Amino acid sequence: MARQVLRRLALMLATMLAASLLLFLLFELLPGNVALSELGPYSTQEQRDLWLVANGYDRPVVIRYLLWLGHFVIGDWGNSRLFMAPVAQIVGVRFENTAVLGFWFFALLVPLSLGLGTLAGMRQGSWLDRAISVLCIVTTSIPPFASTVLISAIFVFSLHWLPGTSSMMDGFSYRQLIMPVMALVLYDFGYIARITRASMAEVMATQYVRAAVLRGLPQRRVVLRHALRNALIAPFTLLMLHVNWLISGVIVVEYFFAFKGFGSLILEASLGKDLYLLEACTMITVFMAAVTQTIADLGYVALNPRMRRA
Amino acid sequence: MLKPSTLLALDDVSISYHTRAGAVPAVTGVSLAIDEGEAVGLVGESGCGKSTLAMAILGHLGGRGAVVGGEIRFAGRALAGMSPDEIRRMRGRGIGIVYQEAMAALNPSMRIGAQLTETLIVHRGTSRDAARKAAIATLAEVKLPDPERVMDAYPHQLSGGQQQRVVIAMALLPEPRLLLLDEPTTALDVTVEAGIIDLLNGLRRSRGTAMLFISHNLGLVGQLCERVAVMYSGELVETGSVADMFATPRHPYTMGLFSCIPRPDLPRREQHLTPIRGQVSPPNARPPGCIFAPRCDWFQAGRCDAVRVPLEAVDLASDARVRCLRWREIAPEPRPAWEALATGAAEQTILAVSRLDKTYQLRSGGAVVRANQQLSFDVPRGRTLAVVGESGCGKSTFANVLMGLTSATAGEIRFETTDLAKLPLDRRPALLLRDLQMVFQNPDETLNPCYSVGRQIGRAVRKLGVERDRAGVQARVRALLGLTRLPAAFASRRPRQLSGGQKQRVGIARAFAGTPKLVVADEPVSALDVSVQAAITELLRDIQRNQDTTLVIISHDLGFVRYIADRVVVMYLGQVMEAGSAEEVFAPPYHPYTEALLSAAPVAGLARNRRIVLSGELPSAMAPPSGCPFQTRCPRKLGAICETERPPEQLLAGGHRILCHIPPDELGRVPPVYAPEETLAVD
Amino acid sequence: MSAAGAEIAAEVLPPPSRGLRFGWIRRIGHSKVATIGLLIILFWAVVAVTAPWISPFPPNLPIRPMASAGVRAPNGAVFWLGTDHLGRDILSRIIWGSRTVLVYAPLATACSFVIGITAGLLAGFKRGWIDEALSRITDLVLAFPALVLYIIIISKFGASGINIVLAVTLASSPAIMRLTRGLVLALRTRAFVAAAQLRGEPAWRVMVVEILPNASGPLIVDACLRLGYVVITIGTLGFLGLGLPPPDPDWGGMINDTRKFALVFPHMVLFPCLAVCSLVLGFNLLADGLRELVTED
Repeated sequence: MARQVLRRLALMLATMLAASLLLFLLFELLPGNVALSELGPYSTQEQRDLWLVANGYDRPVVIRYLLWLGHFVIGDWGNSRLFMAPVAQIVGVRFENTAVLGFWFFALLVPLSLGLGTLAGMRQGSWLDRAISVLCIVTTSIPPFASTVLISAIFVFSLHWLPGTSSMMDGFSYRQLIMPVMALVLYDFGYIARITRASMAEVMATQYVRAAVLRGLPQRRVVLRHALRNALIAPFTLLMLHVNWLISGVIVVEYFFAFKGFGSLILEASLGKDLYLLEACTMITVFMAAVTQTIADLGYVALNPRMRRA
Repeated sequence: MLKPSTLLALDDVSISYHTRAGAVPAVTGVSLAIDEGEAVGLVGESGCGKSTLAMAILGHLGGRGAVVGGEIRFAGRALAGMSPDEIRRMRGRGIGIVYQEAMAALNPSMRIGAQLTETLIVHRGTSRDAARKAAIATLAEVKLPDPERVMDAYPHQLSGGQQQRVVIAMALLPEPRLLLLDEPTTALDVTVEAGIIDLLNGLRRSRGTAMLFISHNLGLVGQLCERVAVMYSGELVETGSVADMFATPRHPYTMGLFSCIPRPDLPRREQHLTPIRGQVSPPNARPPGCIFAPRCDWFQAGRCDAVRVPLEAVDLASDARVRCLRWREIAPEPRPAWEALATGAAEQTILAVSRLDKTYQLRSGGAVVRANQQLSFDVPRGRTLAVVGESGCGKSTFANVLMGLTSATAGEIRFETTDLAKLPLDRRPALLLRDLQMVFQNPDETLNPCYSVGRQIGRAVRKLGVERDRAGVQARVRALLGLTRLPAAFASRRPRQLSGGQKQRVGIARAFAGTPKLVVADEPVSALDVSVQAAITELLRDIQRNQDTTLVIISHDLGFVRYIADRVVVMYLGQVMEAGSAEEVFAPPYHPYTEALLSAAPVAGLARNRRIVLSGELPSAMAPPSGCPFQTRCPRKLGAICETERPPEQLLAGGHRILCHIPPDELGRVPPVYAPEETLAVD
Repeated sequence: MSAAGAEIAAEVLPPPSRGLRFGWIRRIGHSKVATIGLLIILFWAVVAVTAPWISPFPPNLPIRPMASAGVRAPNGAVFWLGTDHLGRDILSRIIWGSRTVLVYAPLATACSFVIGITAGLLAGFKRGWIDEALSRITDLVLAFPALVLYIIIISKFGASGINIVLAVTLASSPAIMRLTRGLVLALRTRAFVAAAQLRGEPAWRVMVVEILPNASGPLIVDACLRLGYVVITIGTLGFLGLGLPPPDPDWGGMINDTRKFALVFPHMVLFPCLAVCSLVLGFNLLADGLRELVTED
């Protein structure tokens, strides 16, 4: 087990290193881009050259990459041109907001999707199963950018129950959090629920569940003790990998609701060509993806005694 | 005399499944009774309805199946009148079940202990501690070593045999009165199987549990049961006591089952192998009249296909019954046996294996598996060599090295003049590919499901350079189909439209597309129904003799090997234990492992002097025992020398070789396993 | 000779039939779900092909701003779905917008599958270092959230149809590679693959002719799902202002342009939303129906 953990951690580090190299090559291989991004399009060539020398961009690529990486690791992520402030500071604030959003997203998504999926999978072919399946397939067909519009039309414009933006100008407000969380969950729960259903249906059809029934165990016990645990392995792995997906969804939803979060920050950095900010944001997403993927892998092994090796 | 009470009674039970195409009758009019403490065998091939019957007895037919006629009574109560809760209590407490695949029947993510104890806790309301004690006691009773350790293990950490013992223990724990055994040993090696049968016999004596033993193997039924019922296509065709039916089978199907299985105790010239032709009719296309009529050699038009045949009592004295109109008129006729091959000096070696090693390096860590060690033997041209051994002995690895699917680590395989040991497939010249072909085990995997039979055989014909133009290829395909006795129209069929035996025939046709000099057949009949096995065995044999091909057979089935092989190599843990002609290997002096294998063969009607049940588990190939590989389980182990020194290869007369420390003359004094006149018992 | 020849011909057997390899394609009609999905997709395909003839107005022509659905245009024709803030007919823009999505989504999906299947076949069949290398590259790409990847690529190389196709290919092919690789690993140990190798078939032929057709079922189901997902992606990019440059209509872009007016003129965003959702639903339904047909096979 310890070997597997170490191997997985090493793989995670390697992935992050490779991603950082990729990003560096993409954005900073040509120093001219950096200067352009930092000084803006109205700077002269002479200004840019001076800036480059002053900031050590005349050194060889390898040295520059190592320095860049070193700065990155110690949290020195440079200054944002758009926000006129250290990148780390801005990212910190924005990330916190999105973390709150993400927490409530998962807090709603997990019970909803696993519950519906398990119910449907337990009684395959019943009307409940079919109703859940239809609900899931329809909701997953409404992309976040459409669902934000549609639910705003209902709850904001028609019913006037909820605010249409979530900029949280006057401090944090749960009322403003409801719409973004709803939009994200609406698109996503169907997918997880369908995977859970398939997994549950598969487990319910296994020999060992049948064997448990034929040993005369009560239905409740068969489902709770024998089926559920094995059925939830696949959705668990998927939920972990979902952090990665969440970032994509968060970008759309935060943009729509003007939520000052990490997702809209990525978009602003990219549209505003704020290089250091974009680099930092991307590395953070890669970091999160790599970590959650590692957790998913290790969790899969931990949940699956067959995968464990001494 | 007090008649024991009837525990389970099936009275004219019919079961149907509802499908899109309408109701499919899976079981029709089955009547069967099991008394307290009695063991009854239910024999039949796949698809004859035996497992459906077992599920019906447990009241678990699923949403689609239903008992549409008759009545099932357990301990005097009709199942139909029980509430769901009563049925639940009957399962486990009244009737325990043991499955074919133990691994699949155990929850992979629960410890054995938790799975064992919950049955007791639920059914008997036992406390956790008491349940654990009882579970450990039962694990000991099913002869699992170190029950405490087993309790804390996960299913995958146990071997197949151990898993099956756990499943048996689990069924026994709530002390059921009846045990349903659904092919409990089918997935196991013969020596492990012998151990399980031994255990079940012991449990019957000690506990007096009644058993319904479902199997396709009459031999196993004979070892365990008093009475037997033969099922064919959803009906019982013959019932009676084991002693009576084994002595005089009356239904043509029962006779067929006895005579289509080759026996390891008789030399080939004395074997009367009779294949049952055709295959089981699907439930919705059963013939009118006698259901066995399309496959029966005694079929009489106008009589056998006129009315449904009733199950008729044979005489008043016994409870033997048979469902045949002509049972008084028929008797099995012995078929002419094969003439012996002229053995003699003309034997020419086509394949010479010498000191062959194949070592696998496992990726995680430095673990090394020595799958083949120092294999040496010769194969004469035009003859059949069988490589025999249980799973994990390295016989398939050898086949893969020979075929070039993987390369040897050291040593030599000389085929005519070429060394194949380190010649992977992509470096083998076209002619060599044509000379060496293979027949595979699993009929469902041997053909590509995407292409027609004709296209697949045709591709082999073209690729192996036999014919090039369209007409030539087509003619050759037709010829090959004829060779394997399939109609030419089969060329346009897809694999899914063929039965298992037919797929295997196509696989054989493909292998012989380029008139190969040597064909490797890896367990060519083991995945087929018994009634089909004989036909494929005969086909292989016929083609081989007509085309003068050399056959290398990989098999664990000793009867099949005895029937088909001229020379035999016995392998254990990657090494050759014994090699010689079939006559030499199947008679003393035996290697102790060969002796154990022969005594464990589960074939009906074997007159065997003794059964040797090997103790212990097959050692891991990653950590083989020191000295002799077989020393950990050998019943004839001499002592320290077996643990420290690799045994010498003892050469006996006629090229017979045995890898053992015991002197050959001492091994020669061992009485034969299969001599009916002697009744000596060893150990 | 045994008497086997005659009796086998006499056996009761299903009649021979041809074209069973993709038998489930013929049986699409058996699945209501798949049929509905296919009809929705066909509907949009017909709309895209016949756009010049069926669209009532030129898509980029400003006529009468902020008209509601059903209002008549100066020339007497009807704005069935109203007009947007610039006075362009929404129905015509939706009709022309279907072309964008039905060209780029299948193109991008096809590219992803060509690369993903090739890589998956190589990794699963050849194993060894090729597998290791391809799997590591896959891990690396999958470590980037898809939308972040699109944003980086498009902000770096600019918004254009080709760049969208490239970005989608880069982001989707790793998942397809993983799927294919898994299928190949399960198929490569089948005896018919060994049989092909034993008669000397070259590796490419074993992969493409022997293995790939047997993996086609799950791959086609995945392709349908992915088409729907790519439709969403293209819409999302348009919605974020990273899609095709204006003024050509693109459903996501239409929603983004007019969402400010949704409070007063909900029709401006509602109809493009319905268009996207219906097409995605079509692909999802088709995939769902096919999944059942394929597993039945």
